[in-house]
Amino acid sequence: MSAKSLVEEMKRGLDAPICLTWELTYACNLQCVHCLSSSGQRDERELSTDEAKKILDDLRDLQVFYINIGGGEPMVRRDFFELLEYSVGNGIGVKFSTNGAFIDEEKAQRLAAMDYLDIQISLDGVDAATNDAVRGEGSHAMAIRAMDNLKAANFGQFKISVVVTRHNVSQLDEFKALADFYGAQLRITRLRPAGRGADTWHELHPTNAQQREIYDWLLKHGENVLTGDSFFHLNAFGEALPGLNMCGAGRVVCLIDPIGDVYACPFVIHDEFKAGNVRDEGGFAKVWKQSDLFLSLREPQSAGACASCGAFDACQGGCMAAKFFTGLPLDGPDPECVAGDADEALSVIARGSSPKPGMDHSKPITLTRKRLPVGA
Amino acid sequence: MTIALASVLEIHPQVAVRPEAFGALAYHYGNRRLIFLKHPDVVTVVQALHDHPDVQSTLSACGVTQDRWPSFIAALTSLETSEVVREREITG
Ligand code: SF4
Ligand code: SF4
Repeated sequence: MSAKSLVEEMKRGLDAPICLTWELTYACNLQCVHCLSSSGQRDERELSTDEAKKILDDLRDLQVFYINIGGGEPMVRRDFFELLEYSVGNGIGVKFSTNGAFIDEEKAQRLAAMDYLDIQISLDGVDAATNDAVRGEGSHAMAIRAMDNLKAANFGQFKISVVVTRHNVSQLDEFKALADFYGAQLRITRLRPAGRGADTWHELHPTNAQQREIYDWLLKHGENVLTGDSFFHLNAFGEALPGLNMCGAGRVVCLIDPIGDVYACPFVIHDEFKAGNVRDEGGFAKVWKQSDLFLSLREPQSAGACASCGAFDACQGGCMAAKFFTGLPLDGPDPECVAGDADEALSVIARGSSPKPGMDHSKPITLTRKRLPVGA
Repeated sequence: MTIALASVLEIHPQVAVRPEAFGALAYHYGNRRLIFLKHPDVVTVVQALHDHPDVQSTLSACGVTQDRWPSFIAALTSLETSEVVREREITG
């Protein structure tokens, strides 16, 4: 099947998601300024161990092949390993994202002994200054220690996951070298204006010139670097990049949040994109297969203002989440449209008038201030 | 490995196959790859491999007419390359 018809098939939706993110908790030891889920404090409504296992049973019945576990920091949950083992035991592979704080020598060995497990360590700067300005003081050292421990435990190929910002675009080669040093795989993703990222996106997202730099870098190195669905809006520059070149929200992608709400994708935690809750009758399967929201996302979408653009086939109008949280219409250009077609619309949207994330579990502001270095 | 009518194949033990409207999705737990099986008949054949002595008898049993065999051999060859199917291990 050609890549194109495959994308057409996926747009009509799959019987089960192939990119399901499950955030286990809103609690986190860090308070990153661009956190997509505005995490910080635990929500008392979070799913119990039994409820979580019930979801894993449902996912097994749907033949979900693997899940992406995140948070918050998923390892703060006391039943973290129990759920990991239960998932893998159910035939569901796990990839989990972590800031590495809890991967000490002993945990690294425990993780290394498990099958069908991938680990993704978040790192947003090769040096502490660049990283910690975004992820908080001490977080660089935390990630490096976790990687050292995984390496020493012979975990094998873990992933280093980088959110590309204005301040680390110039470090892409160094990130690649760091990954090579650890025998790890590099993953770079797009900064989207979701969660606390909605407040910091304008200052942190790559400039137009940097977008081109990312595109050129990926053309050269993309085959060995994971990107998910991050950069298909850059395909408007020309040749298509490797990766998932479509918005899979509600079609092949979805999010289960810590309290069981199901959203179209991890970057759209907002009522408008909430399809249901796993605690509802029929559970996750019913939400995936029958929710009005997901069914409507699987209908052909209008290209709107992008219809007249020659690059639409390649770029598809970009990321729905990025448009939504910057206040742009969903059927128009991406805020980072490489043709500059969103610039004017963006410039007239008053800061603070675009939609607010639906959940905020940030720690009280005084704490944040104390933790973040001046100037972050 | 070249696949022929006489090849003895099975679904790779690390692969799960999930039916979809267009055919099926296969996932390889070892190399973490997703593979799209675009044609329902190919899915039927792949899932029947284990129940028949070789490729030819599988194709016949699945009602695939002889004129289509070459395209099925081609499909199975690419599925062998992506490790969705493999040479069957003879047990017992
Ligand atoms: S909304 Fe954006 S982040 Fe979410 S699935 Fe679509 S392209 Fe990906
Ligand atoms: S106008 Fe729309 S389709 Fe064209 S490059 Fe911009 S976002 Fe992409």
